[in-house]
This record gives sequence, C-alpha cells and structure tokens, in this order.
Amino acid sequence: MASDITRLGVDVKWQDLTLGCTIVGRGTSESFNTGEWRTDTPLFILEKCKQCLLCAPACPDSAIPVENGKRGEFDLDHCKGCGICEKACPFDAIKMLKGER
Amino acid sequence: MAIKERLSGNEAVANAMRQINPDVMPAYPITPSTEIPQYFTTFVSNGQVDTVFVPVESEHSAMSACIGSEAAGARTITATSSAGLALMWEVLNVAASDRLPICLALVNRALSGPININCDHSDAMGARNTGWIQLFAENNQEAYDNMIQAYRIAEHPDVMLPIMVCQDGFITSHAVENITLLEDQIVKDFVGEYEPEHYLLKDGESIAYGPYAVTNYVMEARRAQMEGLRNAKQVCIDIGKEYGQISGREYGLFEEYRMEDAEYAMVIMGSAAGTAKDVVDALRDKGIKAGILKIRLFRPFPAEEIAEALKGVKYLAIMDRTEDFETNCGPLGAEIKSALFNKNLRPLTLNYCYGLGGRDVTVESLTSVFEDLFEVEKTGDLGEVYRYLSVRE
Amino acid sequence: MKNLIEIRWHGRGGQGAKTAALLLADVAFGTGMYVQGFPEYGPERMGAPITAYNRLSANPIRVHSNIYEPDYVVVVDETLLDSVGVTDGLKEDGAIVINTAKPKEEIIPKLKGYQGRVYTIDARKISIEALGKYFPNSPMLAAIVKVTGIMDEEDFLESMRKSYNHKFASRPEVIEGNMKALFLALEEVQ
Repeated sequence: MASDITRLGVDVKWQDLTLGCTIVGRGTSESFNTGEWRTDTPLFILEKCKQCLLCAPACPDSAIPVENGKRGEFDLDHCKGCGICEKACPFDAIKMLKGER
Repeated sequence: MAIKERLSGNEAVANAMRQINPDVMPAYPITPSTEIPQYFTTFVSNGQVDTVFVPVESEHSAMSACIGSEAAGARTITATSSAGLALMWEVLNVAASDRLPICLALVNRALSGPININCDHSDAMGARNTGWIQLFAENNQEAYDNMIQAYRIAEHPDVMLPIMVCQDGFITSHAVENITLLEDQIVKDFVGEYEPEHYLLKDGESIAYGPYAVTNYVMEARRAQMEGLRNAKQVCIDIGKEYGQISGREYGLFEEYRMEDAEYAMVIMGSAAGTAKDVVDALRDKGIKAGILKIRLFRPFPAEEIAEALKGVKYLAIMDRTEDFETNCGPLGAEIKSALFNKNLRPLTLNYCYGLGGRDVTVESLTSVFEDLFEVEKTGDLGEVYRYLSVRE
Repeated sequence: MKNLIEIRWHGRGGQGAKTAALLLADVAFGTGMYVQGFPEYGPERMGAPITAYNRLSANPIRVHSNIYEPDYVVVVDETLLDSVGVTDGLKEDGAIVINTAKPKEEIIPKLKGYQGRVYTIDARKISIEALGKYFPNSPMLAAIVKVTGIMDEEDFLESMRKSYNHKFASRPEVIEGNMKALFLALEEVQ
C-alpha cells in the first residue's frame, strides 16, 4: 500500500499519491505553515504575564508553546493572528499588532 | 470433494459468505436480496461464522458502516437491490475513492418507477461509474463462484477497490437449481485472511481516511484510482485461473460460447445468457454460425479483449437489460461500439433494450433477435439501430 | 421418460404451490436429475393467483424463462379454473392434475377443450384426514410425482421422510401426518 507521505506536495504525481489519499502518521499538520495566512501579529509582553496559562488552550492553532508550566514566545509559523489569545488574557500581556506580520 | 447441492441463488451467495466468514456485515433488507442477510444472520446466530452483524436504518447507513468498518481493518460485506443501491450511491463513490475492498452482493432489480420488484440491470448500471468492480452471473453457480473470488480480486494490492457481485433478481436469486459447492476449508484457504498494511485500529499507528483534496490533487487522485480499477482486469484473469484449479471451473473476463467462427453474435449478460445458449445451439444445428459473448466483468470494461473476440463477427446484437435514457443506445451498446471503433471494426450492429422489470426473456424472443440480424444481412439495411425487444406496440 | 419435463403450478397465495414446486425440485434432485424450481413473483398476497414452475432434466438446464408449453399442469385450487387459463399451451400428450372433490365429468368442460389426460385428486379430504388441517401442497406433490412417473414411489416417500425429518425437526408430531397425506394421495389420484 502506497503510504509514503514525504513525497506529497503541490507537485506530486499521481503515481506518488498515497492509496486513497490516506495519510499515515500523526501530527502532520505541523508541516503546514499556516502562519503565512497572518495579517495581525500577537505581541507577548513578558513582564505583564502572570503565567496563568489561560491563553494557551484558547489558541485554535496550538501556537502558544507551554513548557515546564510556563508559556513561551508565540509559534509564528502556525499563528494565524486571530486574536483570541488577546481576549483570553486578563492581564493585557498580549497585544495584537494590526497590519503587522 | 465437491458437494452436489440444489440451492437458490440467494442461498448460494449466503453460503459463500458463510464460508468466507467476513468480519462485519452491515445490511438493510430489500427485495429480492433480503434472503441473503436473512440466511446469513441465521449463520451468525448459530455460531457458524464470527461475523458481527450490524442492523442499520437505511442502505446509506449500511454502506457508510461498511466504509467505517473496512477502514478500521475489518473484512466487510453487505447485500442490496434496486432502490437500496441507489440510496447508497453517494457513499459507493467514497468507498471506491478511499480504496476500501468492500464486497456487495447485488441482486439485480429494476429501479423505480414505475415501482417494480423484478429483474433488470438498471440498479447496477446506475452504479456502474462509481469506481466499483462489477461481476455478473448467469446462474446460482456463477453467483457462488464469483462471491468466493471477490475478495481475492478486491483486496489485491494492485487493486484495493470495492466489488459488486451481481445476479438476476428472482430469476436466479429465487430459483432452486443444481449447484456444486466447495468444501469450507478449501474456500477458507483460497480466500485467506485479510491483512491490510494500514488501517484505523492498527496498534501504534495513526491514519487519516478521506481527507479533503483541493483542486490541485483531485485529478491525480482520480488517475491513481483509475489505475487500480484498470489493474483489476489482469487480477480477475489470474484469480479466475487459480479458482479453476480448486473448483474445475475457470473464469475469465467474459465467456465465449460457440464464438470460434461466429458470423452472427449476441453480447449479453446475466441469466438470459443461458437461454441465449440454447438459441445458439438450435441455430448451429441449422448450420448457422451463431455465437454468444457473455460479459462477466463489466467494470473495469474489457474493451480490447471484447473487440478482439468480436473481430470475425459480421452481424452483432448487443443486449441491454436497462433503459439508460441516452435515447440512441444502452450502456453496453455504447461501450461495445466504442471498443469496436477503437479497433476499426464495423460489424452491422443492433442494440436492444430487453427484459425490463422482469419481462420474460424466452428462447423465442432471443431467436427473434438473430432473425433481425438475418434480415439486416438480406436487406443490407440496419433500420432502427436501437430497438425494444418484446414490447407491445 | 422424456429428456426434459416442464411443469406449471397454479395456486393461490398461501396454499403452498411455490413450496410444492421447490419440494418437487428437491426430490427430483435426490434422484440425480438436473432441476429448476421457481415461482413467478409479484406483489401477490394471500388468495391471489400465483404461478410456479419446474424443469426436470437429465441434462444441465440453461434456459431461464417461464414455461409456456408445459408437459404437465398442477392446479392446487379448482376455483382458478374459471379465472386462469390453466391449460394454455399445455401439451396434448401431457396431463393436468386438479385438486377437486368433483367427478371428472364436471371438471373437463372447464378445460377449454383440452384433449390430454386429466387427473383429479381430493387434496382437501386427504389433508383433513391425514393432518386435520387443509394443506393441499403435500397431496398435490405426491399426485404429480405419480402422474409424471419421474421417480419410484418408494424412493419418493423415503426422500420426503428425510426432507420432513429435517424441516419439522422441532415438530416431529406432524411428520407422520404429512407422510400419510403423501401415501393417501399416491393411492387416490385418478
């Protein structure tokens, strides 16, 4: 069964498609840089952040990495700039920069 | 040791299913295929099979459940007829494009309307371009034999496509006739276990089925799917040969009956082919070189091989057991003519619509088709190229 | 015996004509013949006229059409004689078997001038006597076996006993009654 997904891409030939377009493997959406779609960009203001972590689960694109109980800088390869995190933050520690990439 | 029995076509298919012992059967009853799940659930209740039977609320659900089950890694089977197949139509396409080798026993019945429960091929013909493999049977024996070969064709790594095993509603499904069955163990060994490389429930692996394809991928996806269906032709030949070794009954893409030097030929499929053979024997007794080409594999359509088999024919009748509303021909008519065109063959050809809604097909009615061909020969004039057989007018 | 025997059954929905045709195929199969047994299906309900067919042959049977020129006709319900053309196409060298309590002289005028052999049997009387209920199909099956001579009567009875043992495994009390119905029918068809 053709299941090699490494050759999939916009130039894939029919011979290299997987059987029935199935995708064998997990977490494959990470290789798709949806950050390309962003028109507004979140700014993380570290000194205002209380590490309450309300922002991370609110992000639809898992673009707020959390490690050892603390959030880090935005993953701008995947952040689409929706601004939900800005609304979720009670401490004004996230500010959307309008029209900035 | 072969087992001599007498069974109806539905009993024969249900017994083949018992011997195959599939993992899952989602089904919804509809005449004339109802007996298949009915007999099969008896086998389930009696512990003769390990199959999980899933009663569902419609045929759309039946085929959807088949897709889920097959994607999960289970060998899956179902049965239906007529409107049931029509209700499956949307998901039939999905089963094929997801490359899931589901097996469906189709007992051919007219599509409505007018509403009717008897045999014609309009249900199968309505689903002929959904990407499924389609096999047709002349009698209970062929329905049984095709069912046992079905998974070997469908699950072949070069194919991986769903398969429809068709027989004529009531005419063969409800007629008790002699049949030779194989022993359970021989069938079990022939069919083997279903061991897909990837499936939803495979331990330690993730797989996504049926992802959205943007415009950039759809043509490539269709082309790849078509290749699988194209491959089914050779696999069908190979499995038909191998089946001959265990049963003494070898199968190919189609059956040529007294075609070796035939000048007058009829292309036909299903139960009427048997009646047509008696017609040909009677004509041969009179010294007339007549023959029958009986289609077994309709999808993929073996165009080149059929054209080769018909190359010596001067007068040809193509029999369609459906009204396709194309208005100039039926589906078999169009495809045979296209096959001949590609090989620069031009026999004088008549195309007939016959046997709709169970209209009886007799030795006399099929003899009249050959008589029409003799008339064409005499006058050199085809007249109406698309005709209705046994219609009152 | 002829190479191919074609039989047409006329009955009413619920009387077991279809079952009788399938049973005849069964017993003929037991003698090594090639058989077909099939009903003509429609939206029939209890009481509606139905037709069933048998082909019995020494050779494989390929034809899959209804039977228009039968060698034999079995009429399971005599009230059909007025409404259905039971003798249509029936061969003159064949025979018709009719379930009736009436004498032949009263029945023959209803057969549209049929010149072949006519047999009658009172399947109701036999069934009531043997089974206590009206199931005409067993007596009619025995009658057609006798009239066609497709098999030895002893072989037929033995084959039917096996078939009933299987069919009525959960109700063995009805087996003897059915056997008696067959036995009486073989005696009384005339």
